[in-house]
Amino acid sequence: MYAINYRDLGTPPATSPGTVEVEIDAVRITVPEGTSVMRAAALAGTRVPKLCATDNLKAFGSCRLCLVEIEGRKGYPASCTTTVTAGMKVRTSSEKLTQLRRGVIELYVSEHPLDCDGCPADQHCELQDMAAAHGVTRSPFADDGRHAGHPFDVVGAAPAATDSSNPYFNFNPELCIVCSRCVRACDETQGTLALTIEGRGLASRVSASQSERFIDSECVSCGACVEACPTAALSEKSLVKAPRPSTAVTTTCGYCGVGCSLEAEVSDQQVVRMVPNRDGAANQGHACVKGRFAYGYATHPDRMTKPMIRARINDPWREVSWDEAIGHAAREFRRIQQQHGKYAVGAITSSRCTNEEVFLVQKLVRAAFGNNNVDTCARVCHSPTGYGLKATLGESAGTQAFASVQKADVIMLIGANPTEAHPVFASQLKRRLREGAGLVVLDPRTIALVRTPHIEANYHLQLRPGTNVAVINALAHVIVTEGLTREDYVSARCERDSYATWKKFVTEPRNSPEATEADTGVPATLLRQAARLYGRAGNGAIYYGLGVTEHSQGSTMVMAIANLAMATGNLGREGVGVNPLRGQNNVQGSCDMGSFPHEFSAYRHVSDPGVRASFESAWGVKLEAEPGLRIPNMFEAALDGSFRALYVQGEDIAQSDPNTQHVVAALSALECLVVQDLFLNETAKFAHVFLPGASFLEKDGTYVNAERRISRVRKVIEPLAGLGDWEATMQLSNALGYPMRYSHPSEIMAEIARTTPTFAGVTYEKLDRLGSLQWPCTDAAPSGTPTMHVGEFVRGKGKFFVTEYVPTRERSTARFPLLLTTGRILSQYNVGAQTRRTANVAWHPEDRLEIHPHDAETRGVSDGDWVGITSRAGETVLRATVTDRVQPGVVYTTFHFPESGANVVTTENSDWATNCPEYKVTAVQVVRVERPLDWQQRYRVSRDAKPPSAHPAAATSA
Amino acid sequence: MNEDYLIEMANDIGSFFAAGRDPAAAAAEVATHIRRLWDPRMRRQIIDCWRTGHGGFSDVARAAVATLAAEHKPAA
Repeated sequence: MYAINYRDLGTPPATSPGTVEVEIDAVRITVPEGTSVMRAAALAGTRVPKLCATDNLKAFGSCRLCLVEIEGRKGYPASCTTTVTAGMKVRTSSEKLTQLRRGVIELYVSEHPLDCDGCPADQHCELQDMAAAHGVTRSPFADDGRHAGHPFDVVGAAPAATDSSNPYFNFNPELCIVCSRCVRACDETQGTLALTIEGRGLASRVSASQSERFIDSECVSCGACVEACPTAALSEKSLVKAPRPSTAVTTTCGYCGVGCSLEAEVSDQQVVRMVPNRDGAANQGHACVKGRFAYGYATHPDRMTKPMIRARINDPWREVSWDEAIGHAAREFRRIQQQHGKYAVGAITSSRCTNEEVFLVQKLVRAAFGNNNVDTCARVCHSPTGYGLKATLGESAGTQAFASVQKADVIMLIGANPTEAHPVFASQLKRRLREGAGLVVLDPRTIALVRTPHIEANYHLQLRPGTNVAVINALAHVIVTEGLTREDYVSARCERDSYATWKKFVTEPRNSPEATEADTGVPATLLRQAARLYGRAGNGAIYYGLGVTEHSQGSTMVMAIANLAMATGNLGREGVGVNPLRGQNNVQGSCDMGSFPHEFSAYRHVSDPGVRASFESAWGVKLEAEPGLRIPNMFEAALDGSFRALYVQGEDIAQSDPNTQHVVAALSALECLVVQDLFLNETAKFAHVFLPGASFLEKDGTYVNAERRISRVRKVIEPLAGLGDWEATMQLSNALGYPMRYSHPSEIMAEIARTTPTFAGVTYEKLDRLGSLQWPCTDAAPSGTPTMHVGEFVRGKGKFFVTEYVPTRERSTARFPLLLTTGRILSQYNVGAQTRRTANVAWHPEDRLEIHPHDAETRGVSDGDWVGITSRAGETVLRATVTDRVQPGVVYTTFHFPESGANVVTTENSDWATNCPEYKVTAVQVVRVERPLDWQQRYRVSRDAKPPSAHPAAATSA
Repeated sequence: MNEDYLIEMANDIGSFFAAGRDPAAAAAEVATHIRRLWDPRMRRQIIDCWRTGHGGFSDVARAAVATLAAEHKPAA
């Protein structure tokens, strides 16, 4: 069932610019050409009865309920599949129509019991509504006037039982009316094509894959089918015992960088259901298994709701009041600054927190701590994007809206796995690919989009990890030497000298596909064909992920991508662009807000006297002109004693940062570590002060997604710990003697708008009115900017950089002969703190090591065996999955469970420009072992035990 | 901080800027990068490494740090 407050117009909007006037039940209305009669009627205020139609799926015309009469036409056409024509006169009700519709409903009811009491869809069932509207209470076609039993009974088969295998929804075939809405939702909205109608006639029924249980089928549990179902055949388990949701709050998902707009349906301070917002510009009415279903972590018993302190990290925690915790932290920070200088303290902001919260933390550091030691977790994911795109194009952000992909002719996907990590964008991408757009995949691993139902990549360049730059230089070589550059575009829009230097560089024979093949492993012929496909595309669009940035040459690769897009004229309009797919919900926003140690908000360097003066005037303090420490530098400085106190908001650096042993040593060296989080995470093991955080459901604010879209986060329930994160930061600042007084996050946004040029036109009122908007939002672009660099680059002329391929120091050797690379899986999210505390573990209960059959065989490893993985940094043990998704010589794992220790083996190698860690390449050896390491076994045991001083939240929020 | 770590970072920056530039221009870019992105304590330390004749520098990185050293008074 769709959202409680949604008004369904029956069929999708027509996109034609032309309009026609029609008359429906004597009401005249003008609608776009191509609009269905059903939609035109709905727009005119008349709801034509329907069951198989819904406005996010193409008209299907199967239920025969939406029949209408049209003047001058014979019969009773279906209004969903009939489009309007100029001057058309339509009647939507008459005695004959009512008689026909009653007959149809009686047939449906003969197959579907009207035992509505206790049904999860009661009061929200479209069949129930139709029956009531037509006065149907029983069916004359059934033996007892009610239900004739499932058709399988007729042919002697066993009655179809409810499939409860999916943790979030039930499928009860008894309630299915075979309208095909679920099947069409899986095809059109999600693009997985996991559902079908099997059988014929009375025996027709919905089937997942080949008559499998949902959990065993290809279903990815996005829930589009559940939302599309007009009855309770597919319905959320959360509705079974819960009170009916009474209100809905529009908010933004707290998981990945797609930033889906969601309707949180609430009853008595309890979220009953999450439904994607059909008006959400980023997600266009879709969501995934995380956003739609995995919100239960917010009220998990592990949630921490009391502040705690302790003198030493081996002491037990002591629950204290907010005042005592904040007062203690403030005294410690000031003591440390007095003893070790003002540069001995710092903070880390979180990409999971709101812009307003991030802005306050960096303000706290710059204004209250008096230094620039602030960094954000984008350091370890997309900092090279910020650096590389600023240098080449002039702005540290992606160039397009997601919707732009619908106009792309060729899509190049580099080091990104959208069906796992950005599933809702992946659905949009797949829609375009099924329409025929070309696809080039650059990935060491055979990701799903290389070959998936109805989609096959034109070229998969299966490169060796660490050779991105060599591959893209070779692509550029082909494009330049085969005359596929857009010289007119480049000469009008780019720096002439830098272009000439770049062109000369990529033309050198050592950058040819034939010369680089030995290093990259990509066959030259294949690479040439892929380059031609992109180079000759009318609209070529590049989408990339952490497989680009998390390398020693991450920034070089981002610049190389921008070079390629500029040289082929693929920037500054819809359908093209350079599109970083951001990992976390607010990576873009946390960077925009001035979280980097060298930049104020909107990426303005701290040494710029004008910018500094503007903040000094706004904040009433003198500000530091020198850059501060980045996260890896903080660890180094902690080990040498020049950095002694750290405030970490919403990031688990002990689990997420590379070379765990090194991170643990650094954290253990701190005199005061303040951790603010939902859970007692890995980093909290080294903390002296714990401040309970607030989930995205518990506060107001905004996030910025991967397309620069600013969306509102709205408070759905009260903070479990009493304070939103922004309120805790404010109290800490006040305790440090630097006053912050905001009564609502909208006041923080007003300060952001006053001080940040790209956010100048942003207000909560405007966001409420427009739904969302993409920065830059200024006087010149008051409704935001969907496409950047139109006509001119932000920096003026686009700048090309020479991108020499420098092999990483992390190479396979006799001792460490394999290359380990890492990635994500659909059901889990990053370090798993949230998703591990939901039923999503049904799909991914542990991280595994993928290893090629050849490498497995030579090591005597079979599927499911324990294998030890050793690098120069450390050692861990995982179970093996033997698969040819990885190439020989490469192994792969996810990192969603702390006991997996993926980062115990990753090294401190990092991007030359930004120190973004090289997570994607670690030389390792893999051997078969008997059991996990002692620390892993201890972890598994202790994970099941309650934390010593934990204060469990109520199972439902109070 | 670990001296080798700092010098390795400077050398990596040098590897990027050395491409397509003459040595003097490359060194100037590296110096600017370090000046704009490195915390002063890291800059002081790498200058100290240069002053004590640490042998791990690449040519470009050494020239860049020499430029930075000229801007800084010796550490007290």
